Amino acid sequence: MDGTALILLLTFLVSVTGLLVFIWSMSNGFFNTKQSASHIIFGQNEIGLVEDPASNQTNNELQEAAGETDASLTQKELSDRLIADKSTALPTFVCLLTAMCWLIVGSAAAIIASIKLHEPDWLVSQAWLTFGRMRSIHLNSVIYGWASMAGVGVSLWLIPRLLKTPLVGAKFVYWGAIIWHVALMCGVAAIGAGYTDGMEWLEMPWQVDIFIVLGGALMGLPLFLTLANRKVDHLYVSVWYIGAALIWFPILFFIANIPDLHFGVQGAAMNWWYGHNALGLWFTPIGLGAAYYFIPKVLGRPIYSYNLSLLGFWCLAFFYSQVGGHHLIGGPLPTWMVTLSIVQSMMMIIPVFAVAVNHHMTVGGNIKAVIHSPTLRFIVLGSMLYVAASVQGSLEALRSVNVITHFTHYTVAHAHLGMYGFFTLVMFGSIYFIMPRIVDWEWPHPWMISAHFWLVALGFAVYFIGLTTGGWLQGVAMVDATKPFMDSVAVTLPYLKSRSVGGGLMVLGHLIFMIHFILISLRYGTKKEPALLIPIVNIPFVKEAKVAATELNRG
Amino acid sequence: MAGHIDEKKLFTGALVIIAFATLALVVMPYVQLKNVQAPAELKPYTDQQAHGRKVYMSMGCVYCHSQQPRDAKYAPDDKRGWGRASTAADYAYDKVHLLGTMRTGPDLLNIGARQPSQDWHLGHLYQPRAYTPGSIMPAYPFMFVERKGPAKDGEVVINLPPAYAKPGVTIVATRDTLDLVEYLKALDRTYPIKKTIEQSLEKAK
Repeated sequence: MDGTALILLLTFLVSVTGLLVFIWSMSNGFFNTKQSASHIIFGQNEIGLVEDPASNQTNNELQEAAGETDASLTQKELSDRLIADKSTALPTFVCLLTAMCWLIVGSAAAIIASIKLHEPDWLVSQAWLTFGRMRSIHLNSVIYGWASMAGVGVSLWLIPRLLKTPLVGAKFVYWGAIIWHVALMCGVAAIGAGYTDGMEWLEMPWQVDIFIVLGGALMGLPLFLTLANRKVDHLYVSVWYIGAALIWFPILFFIANIPDLHFGVQGAAMNWWYGHNALGLWFTPIGLGAAYYFIPKVLGRPIYSYNLSLLGFWCLAFFYSQVGGHHLIGGPLPTWMVTLSIVQSMMMIIPVFAVAVNHHMTVGGNIKAVIHSPTLRFIVLGSMLYVAASVQGSLEALRSVNVITHFTHYTVAHAHLGMYGFFTLVMFGSIYFIMPRIVDWEWPHPWMISAHFWLVALGFAVYFIGLTTGGWLQGVAMVDATKPFMDSVAVTLPYLKSRSVGGGLMVLGHLIFMIHFILISLRYGTKKEPALLIPIVNIPFVKEAKVAATELNRG
Repeated sequence: MAGHIDEKKLFTGALVIIAFATLALVVMPYVQLKNVQAPAELKPYTDQQAHGRKVYMSMGCVYCHSQQPRDAKYAPDDKRGWGRASTAADYAYDKVHLLGTMRTGPDLLNIGARQPSQDWHLGHLYQPRAYTPGSIMPAYPFMFVERKGPAKDGEVVINLPPAYAKPGVTIVATRDTLDLVEYLKALDRTYPIKKTIEQSLEKAK
């Protein structure tokens, strides 16, 4: 029997086995979790009570928008939550602060690279400033610096709240973060100096990668230590997403960076197995895990369908993990592999709609609440763009679309819709929620939050619409053999310029965010009462709980 | 706590899923491709070309240039002169793949066949717009040494078109640049080849 037929048969058999396991687990109550499991993130009588430490605490317009309520937390629940928040304050702060620094570095590299594409004679006297290196410095800074560290920081902060258990093993986070950042700085410097492993997303030299794996493992360890001590009966859907992501990433990164193992075309298959799984099995689950917590928590309203959210998780894990081959459509790869990836890319529509329906029904058209909650403004927009990016990604995997969009800026715009429109916006929203809880201080200037939001939202709209249009025209020109190749270059120029403009607005938004982040970290301005945790609870009560939390933390 | 059954599901599920994806996209291509033989017409890289390939990677050429012409039935890459669809065997000597995912510039798998002139490559690297009006490729002046006075023995001087020439200045290519051009000139997979991986595997038997 010839090799391909055998492999196809194997793939088929494994898929059918997977399906049977799936049906078996369904019939054994795997997904028959009660809807009440979605209440686990709330106190006994907390549903209806909003929580957004970034919203205007004095007028409490958010609660008004969500509807009046007599819901409240018991003293025990409140002090548990304070203890949980306290246990993550410093480790999360370390992750977020460093993530913010990388966001600024990555943004600077991005704007330089973007301008260089339409001003090719600008900054050409130094090797490290050349486009090919600046682009990689941008990618590695935002992926391994900003996005990964923000993701780890937000995950660490969520875990004790989700498990109702203080974080165990914070010291591993500090060591992990130090090792990760020293390694990343070396990696980025190496790229600037021209030392690269040569593969997209995997540029950093393998000597550096050893320390990234070590640092990442140390930062993930507290999740598992805390799981072992958990006080809740059921793991909320966010724990599934975040826990799985923290298992997957080190495995992916390790296999992808084993030196001298991969070769030629197999290396390309591995490259995109890694590249797309970094999105699908690392950033996406963390972003969705955060959205599945913050959307219901801010609104004080449980997730619409809890079963759907778990079903979405397993479908995402299964289908997303095999889509990498769609980056190599038309390339010299085994046909079965590319076809498998195209099929799974289309299957991704299932988990994406699970998320879309669930988030949409939970927000339930409460636009007013979204407007009054800075956290939700970012996260709801991010969730919407997640759906858009995923549907677009599925369509791009079709051969008929891919023949145009492959090899063009259209793909670059799409990648940013996922990593920026979805993931980064969700992280922004999460940070707005988390920071006041970490430093016990309100965001000093609400106008800076608005400025940040509108600059990045408008900037990204300009970026995405322009580059998508330009990329599409580039692809259309490229597959028309009657036109010279240079037509496909010339047609993109106005759009490459608009990308620099949009990108510039985004960078400006990041700078404002960074300044605001520093201000709140320094507890700038005057402290406003009532305290931040829950506006409705009375103040002495909160103070008692805080004292208890501080004492526990010392002990 | 509830026997930690959820953790077991999470760990087992996550590991099974990633194992399956790794099997499909990493292990099976590895098994299938590791016996692909290099075509007789394809020569291993010389030391100079291999070093030039490293320079290609270090400058990030791959972010704008693919090395994988698509099949004529699928896209008109051949009509652009980029060559026939490549097969796995064409990359038999490429340890790190440089297939690329972007064509801000043209595909380069056969650039050596299209453009065999060292002079052209050197000048084009120094100032792409001197050769291709409207090009947005970065200029690489830092890959050359500029000085007054004549070149020394053994040095390669570049000759720019008159409009871009710098009178009185000698522009000399560095070792890295010469090696890079050697690599670009070696990019030539225009020999005929059996179409599919399966066929090249059969040949190996």
